[in-house]
Amino acid sequence: MRDFYGVTLQTPMMLGTARYPSPAVMEAAFMGSGASVATVSLRRERGAGQAFWDMVRGLGVHLLPNTAGCHSAREAVTTAQMAREYFQTDWIKLEVIGNADTLQPDPFGLVEAAEVLCADGFKVFPYTTEDQVLAARLVDAGCRVLMPWGAPIGSGMGLNNIHGLRTLRAAFPEVAMVIDAGLGLPSHAAQAMEMGFDAILLNTAVAEADDPAAMARAFAMAAQAGALAATSGPMGTRDMAVPSTPLIGKAWL
Amino acid sequence: MQIDVNGAPHAITATDVAGALAELGWGEARVATALNGSFVPAAARATTALANGDRLEVLTAMQGG
Repeated sequence: MRDFYGVTLQTPMMLGTARYPSPAVMEAAFMGSGASVATVSLRRERGAGQAFWDMVRGLGVHLLPNTAGCHSAREAVTTAQMAREYFQTDWIKLEVIGNADTLQPDPFGLVEAAEVLCADGFKVFPYTTEDQVLAARLVDAGCRVLMPWGAPIGSGMGLNNIHGLRTLRAAFPEVAMVIDAGLGLPSHAAQAMEMGFDAILLNTAVAEADDPAAMARAFAMAAQAGALAATSGPMGTRDMAVPSTPLIGKAWL
Repeated sequence: MQIDVNGAPHAITATDVAGALAELGWGEARVATALNGSFVPAAARATTALANGDRLEVLTAMQGG
């Protein structure tokens, strides 16, 4: 099993902390799912930071600060430096956004920031696409985890480019990969894990469900089922039917 | 002097980042700071001088995806 910069996760699920109806519902989603990583962010102090910090620390999970909303390498690097001090972790979910409508990564800024941060000792989790050349540049920069999108952030569309993701997974067998963004249903999570990805990262699909705690649990179960399937040797597909019940010994009626 | 704190203008008498935080009521708060777009580690706040027109960002933990 691939690890995340030396850390083996108890469950292959990373969960965001945003957009829940209340802090109590967010806590319930973490408790119900057993998610092993919580993503967090830094924003301007308006008085609520300390309480949130106390709460996320109480979850007992690994914290993965993000650079959400950064549109340049410089912004992302400064945010990462601030996050490392605040959250006391060298893990950083590196987002450098290139388009405000699609929220797709800016590949050039992403590589630039990854090079700076890896050289500075960060353990970088880059939010990227399924582009294999970009992935190679990120690995060259020092990234040992990649987080390709399934679909645009918050879209709930699932895995938009199965072929591209499968190619990416096969191209870097040593690199841990997390499907980050775009998951809408537990079946998407199972599909990602069945394809050999190492974890899923989601937020909106859980936070905006009618019952976030139950949906978080559903995603966790699906991810675990997919992971088990991936290591169990899935059968190949065939064009024609093959009877599963033996023909030998069938009665002549 | 006049500086921007989290995007809003403030008149302060402090001359370094640590002093500004104390003056703004964040002396004991758990925050991360940046001055003019560059990170200022907590240990460097007392020795990081402020100039008129500087942009100080004072950030804290928030929900994120």
